[in-house]
Amino acid sequence: MSTGPVDLLDRKLVFVTGKGGVGKSTIASALALVAARQGKRTLACEFDAKGNLADFFSAAPTGWDPSEVQPNLFAMSMDTEESLKEYLRLQVKIPLVARIGPLARTLDFVANAAPGVKEILTVGKVVWETKEQHYDLVVVDASATGHVVAQLSAPQAIGELVKVGLVRDQTAWLSEILDDSATTGAVIVAAPEEMPVNESLELAERIRTETRVDLAATVVNRVLPELFSRDEEEVFEALRRPDAIAALETAAGGPLAPILDAAELAVTLRRTRTVHLDRLREGLPGVPMLYVPELFTRSHGIRATSQLADALAAELGY
Amino acid sequence: MARRRTAPAPTSTSLEQLLAANEVVVTCGSGGVGKTTSAAALGAMAAAHLGGRVLVLTVDPARRLANALGLEQFGNVESEVPRSAFTDVGVEPRGRLFAAMLDTKASWDDLVNLHAPDEATREAILANPLYQNITGKFVQSHDYIAMERLYEIHSSGRYDLIVVDTPPTRNAIDFLEAPDRMADFFSSRLLRWLTAPARSRVLNYASKPFYTVADRILGSQFLEDISEFFLLFQSMYDGFVERSRAVSRLLEDHGTTFVVVSTLEPAPAQEAEFFVNALAERDLNLGALVFNKVLPTDLFSPKAAKVAERLCRDATPVAEAVSEQVADTEQVCRVLGEVAESFLNYRVVASRESEEAARLGATAEVVATVPYLAEDIHDLAGLLTIGDHLW
Repeated sequence: MSTGPVDLLDRKLVFVTGKGGVGKSTIASALALVAARQGKRTLACEFDAKGNLADFFSAAPTGWDPSEVQPNLFAMSMDTEESLKEYLRLQVKIPLVARIGPLARTLDFVANAAPGVKEILTVGKVVWETKEQHYDLVVVDASATGHVVAQLSAPQAIGELVKVGLVRDQTAWLSEILDDSATTGAVIVAAPEEMPVNESLELAERIRTETRVDLAATVVNRVLPELFSRDEEEVFEALRRPDAIAALETAAGGPLAPILDAAELAVTLRRTRTVHLDRLREGLPGVPMLYVPELFTRSHGIRATSQLADALAAELGY
Repeated sequence: MARRRTAPAPTSTSLEQLLAANEVVVTCGSGGVGKTTSAAALGAMAAAHLGGRVLVLTVDPARRLANALGLEQFGNVESEVPRSAFTDVGVEPRGRLFAAMLDTKASWDDLVNLHAPDEATREAILANPLYQNITGKFVQSHDYIAMERLYEIHSSGRYDLIVVDTPPTRNAIDFLEAPDRMADFFSSRLLRWLTAPARSRVLNYASKPFYTVADRILGSQFLEDISEFFLLFQSMYDGFVERSRAVSRLLEDHGTTFVVVSTLEPAPAQEAEFFVNALAERDLNLGALVFNKVLPTDLFSPKAAKVAERLCRDATPVAEAVSEQVADTEQVCRVLGEVAESFLNYRVVASRESEEAARLGATAEVVATVPYLAEDIHDLAGLLTIGDHLW
């Protein structure tokens, strides 16, 4: 399946974002796993350094230095202080190793206070990995809704503020990679519910107007299965009549009402979600949509990630 | 001989009591768990049943509360939810409900107006490019300004109860720490360092290496902007530090309580736990836990599970019992099979979630549960329905 101008996983840098709670990290992990299984050397990087990206691969907590959590798949957690140190070492080339401690603290302070610096240290690291081609693909478990726009537009913001100097020079290559839709793309993860869809549409609009990063795809997570065809739905309604329930319970020798009620809940949930799914689709014309089913399992960690990766791979046509 | 002891602090046993006993209620939790809706529902219930003036304040950059309160748009000003909105759904409110959303830029401007020592400083700050960027674009500044605004509204005495909705958990931690960070920022030696050259125009030995490097990295114009910005802000030092300490005190106050909202899915529940611990570490009051979107308890019926398992294996004998009334056996069989499988699927989810509920629920005195509601909440009637479950 073609996913727009450039296939999602043929890009080099993919930012996965979305409202908290929709399964952003889950999808980012699964996407990285799909790529790794396709033979791509893949880096998964979490921006909000909680260290729990590792949970999705059943691996030890990740840190700044990438660790191989699956064949071909490396994971790391963002750390702006480390990013700053690396930046100074690589870019400024100042032989200040001894003094880098206090200096880093000073700059960290500036980074906290001056707008865009923290953001650029965050985004800069993954763009750097892309630029240096250390990996075939970098998948970023990016920040949730509000924050990610500031991160993706940090080079422009810095560009406006800083007119000369090394940082200014840095923003040029950052922008070059971020703005190129063949290289970089953003993925919005959405859940088919009212508020998450509203916010996904808002986020898409902000990505379009406030950043130059291409919106590569939307992943709709937790799509519920269709239980019945239209005919079967009529049968289901008939089964829920009191006389039918009584007959069923006699034959089954146990309660059926709770089972039928649960199915009714499942049908209602699916129906309400479909409305929001349609709204999302209509609100984002031309943006490829990938559907991932709700997994009714007890599994978590690599097992659940692997199941989602299978579903995503099928959607991507692998 | 029985000397009267001081009565122990009364413990609330319901959200109704909790809201009646506090002035500020902060709802927190991961995104997508219905936190904003819960905040709005609590506010609506308090206005309806407890009386007084109740404000629901959302500090989340996303505009969710408007949606849940059925208001088209509201800015930094507090706007009242009309009484008719209550009476239309058959509720005679005892009090009044207001809602407000944080406008970061406007709030920063207000702060500068408040703390700037003179007109010239005020103008210079408002015109500084760094200031404009901080206030307009960058998320971190939401955190401080949110708390500042809560403080401002609270100390105005205009409301009997303020229900504050916060950004998702990780940010909410930032927002708890924001007042302290702001105070640190203004008290720091580094700030004095940075502003020193602008004051004396002579670089001292200590700051010289920093400037040499910083100049190469950032460029001198930017450095001047930074210096100017910090210098100007330093003139507001006392005001800011005093203010941020007061904000911290408000959060620690007995009249302030935190309500952690979560669904029982693994990720949000984990964040909720993280937040519960963070509150404990800071000696902040965890008033209640709210579990949202909880599946019906019918799913736990062992008898029903047995029936479902049997139907999954072979539904024919049961289907035959109704095939005359309903449809042919084969079709009934298929439907029963689907129904039974779906029941077992949801049962797995429900039992996982009930374990989570038991574990997390042990951390709070008050635990409220809201069932899975088929419809999204977008009006006052819906909020009050949720409120009835919370109360």
